[in-house]
Amino acid sequence: MIDAARCRADFPLLQGQEHGHRLVYLDNAATTQKPQAVLDAILDYYRTTNANVHRGAYGLAIRATEAYEAARERVARFLNAWAPEGVVFTRGTTEAINLVAGAYGRANLRQGDTVVVTAMDHHSNLVPWQILCQEKGAALRMVEITEDGRIDLSDFGQALERQPKIVAFPYVSNSLGTVNPAAQLIRLAHAVGAVVVVDGAQSTPHLKVDVQALDCDFYACSGHKMLGPMGSGALVAKPALLEVMPPYHGGGEMISKVWDDHSTYNTIPHKFEAGTPNVEGAVGLAAAIDYLERIGLDAIAEHEQALAKAAIERLSQIDGVVVYGPRGHRAGVVSFTYGDVHPHDIATILDQDGICIRAGHHCTQPLMRRLNVAATARASFYLYNDLEDVEALATSLVKAGALFGYVPA
Amino acid sequence: MDTSPPEPKLSALYQELILDHYRRPRNKGTLEHPTYAVSLNNPLCGDEIDLQLLVEDAVIRDVRFVGRGCSISQASASMMTHLLKEKSVPQALTLAGRMSAMMQGDDAAAKDKALGDLRALAGVAKFPVRIKCALLPWNALTDAFKSRA
Ligand SMILES: Cc1ncc(COP(=O)(O)O)c(C=O)c1O
Repeated sequence: MIDAARCRADFPLLQGQEHGHRLVYLDNAATTQKPQAVLDAILDYYRTTNANVHRGAYGLAIRATEAYEAARERVARFLNAWAPEGVVFTRGTTEAINLVAGAYGRANLRQGDTVVVTAMDHHSNLVPWQILCQEKGAALRMVEITEDGRIDLSDFGQALERQPKIVAFPYVSNSLGTVNPAAQLIRLAHAVGAVVVVDGAQSTPHLKVDVQALDCDFYACSGHKMLGPMGSGALVAKPALLEVMPPYHGGGEMISKVWDDHSTYNTIPHKFEAGTPNVEGAVGLAAAIDYLERIGLDAIAEHEQALAKAAIERLSQIDGVVVYGPRGHRAGVVSFTYGDVHPHDIATILDQDGICIRAGHHCTQPLMRRLNVAATARASFYLYNDLEDVEALATSLVKAGALFGYVPA
Repeated sequence: MDTSPPEPKLSALYQELILDHYRRPRNKGTLEHPTYAVSLNNPLCGDEIDLQLLVEDAVIRDVRFVGRGCSISQASASMMTHLLKEKSVPQALTLAGRMSAMMQGDDAAAKDKALGDLRALAGVAKFPVRIKCALLPWNALTDAFKSRA
């Protein structure tokens, strides 16, 4: 396992206390903390390099542009993108998916067409498709999940019989921790001619991703979930698709020539980056990738799996606790309920012990309905968590149970 | 930073009376002929309430709720419905104001006998993110009087 204590030393916020206790941060699926190296990179950018990019004719502006484009290349290498031009910087996963729906989807979807999503999709990989389908008179087909929280492959097959134009799914579920067989799903979807959009919000931070090996068409991710700054993220796409797509937002930077009544557009990826971009975000994201690769994505995945396994074992010993999602291979996300103690109450009680978990529907209301719960409590791990954190979680959970009259295990 | 031991605060929050209302909610269900009905939810945590009132001559003759959510929101709904019966509409709105004051840490409101069992929820004021849970049914009440069934 990773030396989590040594990693923690790199994260200023994790040195702090909460309600007089060591801070145990277990809400990494929502967002992660930032190492000093990322904070330094952002500060350094503003101290030494800041100017508007792609515009100025002076040295500083050129250096700012170089830093921004170097960050793009860093993201491209990290995910093995087809080309740096295939990396469009966005505010995160949500904006990346909206870009695909708003530009690719709007241009290519017709009345009567089908878009396929799954019952475990985050609202950000569902609502943009709902909006698009409503606008186009297209059908939205939601693939069911199995009892143990996997995409139901036979239902996926049936959905593909409708020859959907677009298939969207999450590589890793933020509510269940399921690691979906992405390459297989993509192959199946391509066989019926669909374009595939992968929500990589929860996979990019936690396992080694190679978009060319996956062979998806679009891949979305968020920098803030992988040690990078908020408001950073990317859409990674096959350049040939981006080339023929209409623009998403209009404005500066995305144009080539502007006349009174029409314009021609810039080359990719700039065609999709209207306005002044989040340069500090890109620079911080590149620093986050450096940090992650120093530790190694395979080591991170292994570390989190070990923590998830330990957490599931430990929580399952507590009478009344139900853990959701697959039992075997899964990511470091553990959703659970505890008797009739509402997840919101669990989160409040754990907070008093310095433990941060998420309670709610995790932006997956259709999934919650299928699990037949209004909400779950969710602990999600990262490289700076260790078995001590798992034990702190279990101990505090027993305390929560005791407050509600459950007999400690 | 708060370094006080957490237990007293937590046990003030999760008093037996609150857990009793959470587990055995009073007035849970629906009315046949409500004069006011409103649904409210808290999108952040998914707490939900459907509140129905039967008002005759500006007096609340009956009140029921159906809801899903945390102990604080459900106990608050149960206690509120218990308290509202046979109260006039202006009285009910005054109580909503007292409840809101108590959630803002108003000590006098927290001692106001008019709030009945709801005084057990005074401890919620120390947990800012939970205040909206306690006020959810009360917000439904004030909304209801803005809209007819
Ligand atoms: C699976 C999944 N998809 C999409 C998102 C949305 O990401 P963001 O809010 O960074 O755009 C999240 C995180 O909230 C997520 O977990």
